[in-house]
Amino acid sequence: MIKIVKRDQPSRTIFFLTPVLAIILTLFAGGLIFYILGFKPFEALKFFFIVPIADMYGFSELLLKATPLCLIAIGLSFCFKSNNWNIGAEGQLTFGAIVSGGVALLFYNQEGFYILPIVILAGAIGGMLYASIPAILKTYFNTNEILVSLMLVYVSKLILDYLVVGPWSNPEGFNFPETRQFSESARLPILFEGLRIHAGIFLALAAVVVSWFIFYKTYLGFQMKVSGFSLKTAKYAGYKGKKMIILVFLISGACAGLAGVGEITGPIGQLHREVSPDYGFTAIIVAFLGRLHPVGIIFASLIVAITYLGAETAQIFMQIPKYTGQVFQGMILFFLLASDYLLFFKIKFKGSKK
Amino acid sequence: MHKIFIRSFVSSLVFLFTLTVAAVAKDVKAAFVYIGPTGDHGWTYQHDVGRKAVEAAGYKTTYVEGVPESADAERVLRQLANSGHDVIFTTSFGYMNPTNKVAKEFPNVKFEHATGYKREHPNVSTYAARFYEGRAILGTIAGSMTKSNVIGYVASFPIPEVIRGINSFTLAAQKVNPNIKTKIVWAFTWYDPGKESEAAKALIDQGADIIAQHTDSTAIVQIAEKAGVYAFGQASDMDKFAPKAVLTSVENNWGPYYVERVKAVANGTWNQKDTWHGIGDGMVVISDLDSAIPSDVRAKVNQLEKDLASGKVHAFTGPIYDQKGNLMVADGKTADDGMLAGMMTYVKGVEGDIPN
Repeated sequence: MIKIVKRDQPSRTIFFLTPVLAIILTLFAGGLIFYILGFKPFEALKFFFIVPIADMYGFSELLLKATPLCLIAIGLSFCFKSNNWNIGAEGQLTFGAIVSGGVALLFYNQEGFYILPIVILAGAIGGMLYASIPAILKTYFNTNEILVSLMLVYVSKLILDYLVVGPWSNPEGFNFPETRQFSESARLPILFEGLRIHAGIFLALAAVVVSWFIFYKTYLGFQMKVSGFSLKTAKYAGYKGKKMIILVFLISGACAGLAGVGEITGPIGQLHREVSPDYGFTAIIVAFLGRLHPVGIIFASLIVAITYLGAETAQIFMQIPKYTGQVFQGMILFFLLASDYLLFFKIKFKGSKK
Repeated sequence: MHKIFIRSFVSSLVFLFTLTVAAVAKDVKAAFVYIGPTGDHGWTYQHDVGRKAVEAAGYKTTYVEGVPESADAERVLRQLANSGHDVIFTTSFGYMNPTNKVAKEFPNVKFEHATGYKREHPNVSTYAARFYEGRAILGTIAGSMTKSNVIGYVASFPIPEVIRGINSFTLAAQKVNPNIKTKIVWAFTWYDPGKESEAAKALIDQGADIIAQHTDSTAIVQIAEKAGVYAFGQASDMDKFAPKAVLTSVENNWGPYYVERVKAVANGTWNQKDTWHGIGDGMVVISDLDSAIPSDVRAKVNQLEKDLASGKVHAFTGPIYDQKGNLMVADGKTADDGMLAGMMTYVKGVEGDIPN
């Protein structure tokens, strides 16, 4: 007989084990799906998870893909840890890209060491400004930040559309929806000749270190943790809730804005309609898969990044539909949420000791 | 000793021969990069029909669908160029810069970019279709069949390609019915069934009894079917999605061009060029005309199709005036390709302004 018993307290070991369990289950279910679709499961999984990163170039592409995911997820973990549900990182990324892209266009055809720092800063500020909208509305008007931040995503995309179709479109570009290419001084430097991995990865790594320090070594981190567990306790302890809400949204927005900067001043080099393939939404999966822990988020961003690369490789070499990549992302989240059940309950077999 | 020598000589000859044969009959592999899913029944679907024609001609093909125009496009292109593909077709405007960038790194791989204008390296060609010829046919049908004299037009983005289509459509409609007005709604998307439906509904509410579209989904013809107005299919024959509403469709027929270009790669005769083919070359195809079209209109349309194909008639023949009444093309003259490529003003009879 199997019995399900509630745990007295969520298990800490299980807390960090469930992401691993979720990944194993995803691989298993993925293999099963490939089998049902008529592909050899092991070969398909090999093309999905091993072939894309088997050489130096592939590995650099993995890092390139993981950089924005990691950066955004780190930012989101500030919000999620403190019970603030910022779903609009995609909008903050887009708005950050708009502001920094606008600044980069101001310096069109100009050279100078000072240009790039200004462009980067502009992106962070753009993301912060955009994140401050749901934060202020939540603190002063008690609106639901999930709805506000989500809706603002679509607003930001429309603003971007308007700008690249209209006032910012390339004057020599036959009115196609794209801006001019940024000047070299506004581009993030490439780390290795011939690869696309750029200095933006240092922004992500810095975010990891700083966030770890804030989470575990500062009073702010402690306040966030307490608010996350119980808002009432936080209030009772006399924490200034409003200040914290605005702060975590600003941090989150800055990170998303920087991710946008990384894309447009890194591999893309201009503004156009598709700056991000929904990194802001995928990063939500990354944040939870990484258990809102900075180191966990690094691993999670690499794992989710590979589902993008693998989907391309699997289609090129095995004609597996590319959209299976999204199926994998969905499955990871699904299995993670499902296995979270084990956090609060344990399975007991009859006869085993307590 | 002697025998061994002969044997090894013969075997090395055989070996050399197989090598040469292998080199001559080297399988040419073509790759296709798509912006949407192959099942969109519009833009990507038709490119995939073209790819299948290449397969049928005996060449191996690969495709990658749903490749965003973000930083990902470059990786997909590089991977295709790196994995033994000899010619790569990139089928969306947004792939222009990545195509040229990757082409520089792989001088032995040929790149074919649809709808773009940059050919920065000798191994990059561009190709597009003169869809405006098909739109002249649609305009003729619309002008003949409208009762309200208001024709709706769902447009995607204010780029010359789309403006040209609106103008060609309106000019042809005016030729058969000087009283018509073309009302435009900009959807600012190529493919978004929701937005396209809203646009179509708005136009029907404004009195349009025929809806034309320059977006790719089948949503608009389905809305037209429900509302009991006429519509035209885009990119593929959309008749089966709205049998009553769809009068005809303008089909993008990429197959002949794709087969020709892949063959050219195989024969070593591929060269850089900028292709702009229309009805005459078979890149633009008019689907079967619906039975609702009366026989006199049918005859007019068939004649126009023949004349456009032979070059006897040009869709932009003067006198053409812009919205303010300024002469754009003089009487008896036709617009040259340069003017068509940069067309950013509406002709008389189109309502509203071009958004900018």
